[in-house]
Amino acid sequence: MSSVTHSVSDALVITKRQLQQLVRVPEVLIFNTIQPVMFVLLFRYVFGGLGAGIPGGYVQLLMPGIFVQTVTFTLAATAQGLAQDMEKGLIDRFRSLPISRSAVVMGRTLGDGLLNIVVLVVMGVAGYIVGWRPTSSLLHIAAGFILLLFFGYALSWCGVFAGLISKDARVVANVSFLFTFPLTFLSNAFASTTTMPKPLQYFAEWNPVSTMVAATRQLFGFHNTFGVTAHSYPSEHPIVTSLFYMVVLMAIFMPLSVRRYKSANSR
Amino acid sequence: MLALLVYDGAMKSVVAENLVKTYRNGQVKALDNLSLDVEEGTVLGVLGPNGAGKTTTVRVLSTLLKPDSGHATVGGIDVVKDPKAVREIIGLSGQYAALDETLTGWDNLVMFGRLYHLSGEQARVRAKELLEQFSLTDSAHRPIKTFSGGMRRRLDLAASLIVRPKVLFLDEPTTGLDPRGRMEMWEVIQSLVKGGVTLLLTTQYLEEADQLADDIVVIDRGQVIARGSSDQLKAEVGGERLEIVVEESDINAARAVIERIAGGSSTVDQGLRKISAPVRAGTDSLIEVVRELDALKIHPLDLALKRPSLDDVFMSITGHAAEEAVVSNADQPSKKKKGGRK
Ligand SMILES: Nc1ncnc2c1ncn2[C@@H]1O[C@H](COP(=O)(O)OP(=O)(O)O)[C@@H](O)[C@H]1O
Ligand SMILES: [Mg+2]
Repeated sequence: MSSVTHSVSDALVITKRQLQQLVRVPEVLIFNTIQPVMFVLLFRYVFGGLGAGIPGGYVQLLMPGIFVQTVTFTLAATAQGLAQDMEKGLIDRFRSLPISRSAVVMGRTLGDGLLNIVVLVVMGVAGYIVGWRPTSSLLHIAAGFILLLFFGYALSWCGVFAGLISKDARVVANVSFLFTFPLTFLSNAFASTTTMPKPLQYFAEWNPVSTMVAATRQLFGFHNTFGVTAHSYPSEHPIVTSLFYMVVLMAIFMPLSVRRYKSANSR
Repeated sequence: MLALLVYDGAMKSVVAENLVKTYRNGQVKALDNLSLDVEEGTVLGVLGPNGAGKTTTVRVLSTLLKPDSGHATVGGIDVVKDPKAVREIIGLSGQYAALDETLTGWDNLVMFGRLYHLSGEQARVRAKELLEQFSLTDSAHRPIKTFSGGMRRRLDLAASLIVRPKVLFLDEPTTGLDPRGRMEMWEVIQSLVKGGVTLLLTTQYLEEADQLADDIVVIDRGQVIARGSSDQLKAEVGGERLEIVVEESDINAARAVIERIAGGSSTVDQGLRKISAPVRAGTDSLIEVVRELDALKIHPLDLALKRPSLDDVFMSITGHAAEEAVVSNADQPSKKKKGGRK
């Protein structure tokens, strides 16, 4: 076998291991899906009133917001998983094997991406039950979900890097969460940004979470009424801006992570 | 090519020359011009207290860590220039079992087999063989987190043997195990050695190096301070000692007998009522002493002919006991205290 096919098959072994973990410890998958479903229900019924005047009601705008928030948390999940492997010395063992230097991190990000598929499907069903009805074509809806997966995947690479440098699973999970949680609220995900102080509005406008939410709203066939404060580039072209952010994140963190992995020192 | 590997007429499977590795901008010298070699098919015990540089040595030789300077080959391959080729021929079992705790023993072995590029079928066959070899078949389908410390270490060792490595590195294979776990591990290692594997093993336990290794290097503060067979090292410290414990009232009489037979001075530990003296003639001296004491109607409470332990070796080479080194090393800033790690 050539070294390229080896790299791919090695990465798939790592991905398979992650799926086996989910079978052995199903709590992880259950928690990972219950939490966003709970958010769907809470926001849908607590803030449902915000939707006055929105065609189809608040839930139409809420669902893209929660989808994006959920995939954003992939960063923390990946970081925690890798830091755990560092702690356990597993990364050392992987590094002592004759496998390619990208296999472990490739496998991990792929595994976290697959987990996102499951979570998004469950959330989509929950959303449908509480009244979410995308109005666009199937092709556009699929594109929306692919964009969400791709966003989670790009963030997963930031998580890889964070996990490899931190070496402490609990700390890195908490730090990643502290970093991403405000990002998901300083955005147009759950409420209009127009009520925020001006500087925050600008921040929210350019926040990748906002551009992602605007992009998915657009792809699911809804006019993004939350937060068109200025006719800025990101609010006019959310899909392009989001893709740009993802490409930049991956261009930075993929090589950084692979380099870091090569010299990862578990102590 | 093979001719390059021949030194002193013997094949060297591992050669390390003047390895240096420093941390904290040179403040901590983990390896300080360390050189060692392992002859093919033999076991080298790297013996040293906590912080001596054992793990750092293993990490350099197993390509996990680049040395600041010096060079090393494993199976004739340079660890820095061609790490991937080295990884093809080595097995490594680190100081702490490195397994996926949520998966079963079986899952772990099959996964590592696949990562060594065995086919699915080959990986399963090999996993089955190894589980049998290490008496883990009954627990094969339990998650690792339910394993005892000894079982974990055995499975970790099994994982490092998947492709029958030419050279095996074991970093403190029995640290943290209870006596039974240690005995089981020794048996496993001894059977591997009989099978002809080349092994570099580190340990803090003097007895362990004595039991398992053909040759021993004693390291302290990143330097080799002694090397030789276990017997050679002991000879360096002195020969055998006779130790005898008697009733308080008999100490002086017994001492006179012993000193006459040993032909030299003795030391007395009044508290333990123990007299000890170096002897040349070993068992003959012992018999002679027993006869004479019997004639004097002195009944020894305890009587032993002791070969010096490797602890004594350490004491005589460094001037301090191995344990002291641990204490002085604990002064250095180190992250070792974290978690359950010892
Ligand atoms: N990553 C590191 N950063 C700083 N110091 C280190 C690191 N790794 C090892 N050391 C130091 O190097 C020395 C040798 O460590 P090590 O090889 O782990 O010893 P041993 O395995 O014999 O206990 C110790 O003083 C240790 O504190
Ligand atoms: Mg060590």
